Amino acid sequence: MLKALGYIGLYFIFLKKVFIKPQGTKMFRKLIMREIWDLGMSSIGLVSFISLFMGAVTAIQMAQNFQGADIPVPDYYIAYATKVVLILEFSPTIISLILAGKVGSYIASSIGTMRVTEQIDALDVMGVNSPSYLVMPKIIASVLFNPILIMISIGMGILGGYIIGEATQMWSKSDFIIGLQMPMANRHFVYTFIKTICFAFVIATVPAYYGYHVEGGSLEVGRSSTSAVVWTSVILIILNLVLTQTILS
Amino acid sequence: MIEVKNLRKSFEDKEVLKGIDTVFEAGKTNLIIGQSGSGKTVFLKCMSGLIVPSSGQILFNGKDTSNFTYEERQKLRSEIGTVFQGSALFDSMTVRENVRFPLEMFSNHSAKEMNMRAEQVLERVNLTTESFNKYPSEISGGMQKRVAIARAIVNNPKYLFADEPNSGLDPQTAMVIDKLLHELTVEYNTTTIINTHDMNSVMEIGETIIFLKNGYKEWAGDKNQILTADNDAVIDFVYSSKLFTKLREVLLKEKQNSSNKN
Repeated sequence: MLKALGYIGLYFIFLKKVFIKPQGTKMFRKLIMREIWDLGMSSIGLVSFISLFMGAVTAIQMAQNFQGADIPVPDYYIAYATKVVLILEFSPTIISLILAGKVGSYIASSIGTMRVTEQIDALDVMGVNSPSYLVMPKIIASVLFNPILIMISIGMGILGGYIIGEATQMWSKSDFIIGLQMPMANRHFVYTFIKTICFAFVIATVPAYYGYHVEGGSLEVGRSSTSAVVWTSVILIILNLVLTQTILS
Repeated sequence: MIEVKNLRKSFEDKEVLKGIDTVFEAGKTNLIIGQSGSGKTVFLKCMSGLIVPSSGQILFNGKDTSNFTYEERQKLRSEIGTVFQGSALFDSMTVRENVRFPLEMFSNHSAKEMNMRAEQVLERVNLTTESFNKYPSEISGGMQKRVAIARAIVNNPKYLFADEPNSGLDPQTAMVIDKLLHELTVEYNTTTIINTHDMNSVMEIGETIIFLKNGYKEWAGDKNQILTADNDAVIDFVYSSKLFTKLREVLLKEKQNSSNKN
C-alpha cells in the first residue's frame, strides 16, 4: 500500500515537471503535429474497423433481446439502444482501453528507449526540460485528438448497425433512422466528453511516466511497456466508475 | 577552467567518489582514466549536472555551481557540449536536425542561419553532405560519433565533455575522433574533459591526465609522465598490454642512462 502511494506521489511530481512553460516554441509546435499523427491519425483505421464491427454486433444483440422480449418493443429502439451504448460506454471506454494498448505501449517504449540510450540525458545536459519536452506535446495531441477519434468511433458504430440491418433485414431502414433521431439527455454528451478528455490525459501521462523512469536496458523497456499498458487500463476502469458515479448519478 | 574541490558522491550506502580535488584547464584536452567502475562516468555526470554531488564544490571559471539559481544553471548548461558514450543522437531526427536541435531550442536564428551553422560544423567534423539527411541508424558508429561532436560544438561551448568517445570504434577511427576533439579544443579554447580507458587516446591527446581508482584520484600527470610513473595502480593499468610493458622498459633504461650521464 505504501509502495503504491509512493508511485502515485512520484507520478504527480513527474506531472509537475511536465507542466512547465515549453522551450523552443517552433520545435514545440512541430512536436505537437508529429504527436497528433503518431498518437491520433495513425489510430483512425483501427478505431474505425473495431467500431464498425462492434456497432453491428451491438445492434444484432439489441434486436435479439427486443424482438424476443415478452412485452413488444418497437424496432426503432434497436437503433436508439445501439446509439446510447456506443455514446455512453463503448466508444469512450472500450476504444480508450484499446488506445491504452496501442498508444500506451508506443509512448512507454519510445520514451523508455530514449532513456536507456542516453537521449534523455542529452536533452537534460543541453538545458532542455525533458519531461515537458517529451510529454507535454503528447498530452496536448491526445487531449485534442481523442475526442475526434471517439466521434469517429460513434459514427462508425452506428454505420455498422445500419449496414448489418440492411444486410440481414432484421429491422427496417426507417425504424433505424427514427431510433437514431430519438433525443438523448445533454448531460450524457457532457459525460462522454469529460470521460474522453480524462481518459486521453491518462493514456498520455501514465505510459510516459513508466517510460521516463526506466532503468536498465531493452528488457526493462519491454517490461515497463507492459506495466504501462496494464496500469493505464486499470486506472481507466477505476476512473470510469468514479466519473460515471459523479456525473450520471 | 573547471576546479573540483573535495567532490563526493554516494548512491545509498555506496560511496563512488571519495573526495576528488583537481583542476581542468581551458584549451587543453584533460583526460580522466581508470578501470571500469572507478567512478569516471559518475565524475563526468557530476560536472555536467546530470548527477547532484553529495558534497564538495565544482567551480566553472571560479563560480561555484552549487549556489546557482535555475536560470544560472540553464545558462551554464547552454555553455556545455557533451558527447555521450553511445552518441545519444535523437533517432527520430536526421543528422542535420540533430545538429540544429540546440540552435532551435535556444537561439533566435532564422531557419537559413541555423542550417548554415549546422552544415558548417558538420563539415568541420569531416562529414560529407550526403550524410546530412540520413537518420542516425543509417550511418556508421564513427559517423554517429562525429555527429555527436558536431551537435556538442554547434553552440560554441566553453566546456566540452566526452564520455569514452571512441569506445566501440576501430583504432583508426578512434584516432581520428581523438585528433578531432583535440583540434576543436585548441580552436575554440574549450575546457575539454574526456573519459577514457584507451591507452592510445592517452598517448595521443593526454595533455593533462588524472587516474581514478575506487573513487579516489590516484595519480595526476601528463602523457609524457604516465609511462614512467611509479604508482602501482597506474603501472597495472598502463602495462596491461605487452607492448606498453616493453616500452616502459626502454623508457626507464633511457631515463637511467641520462641520469648516469648527468
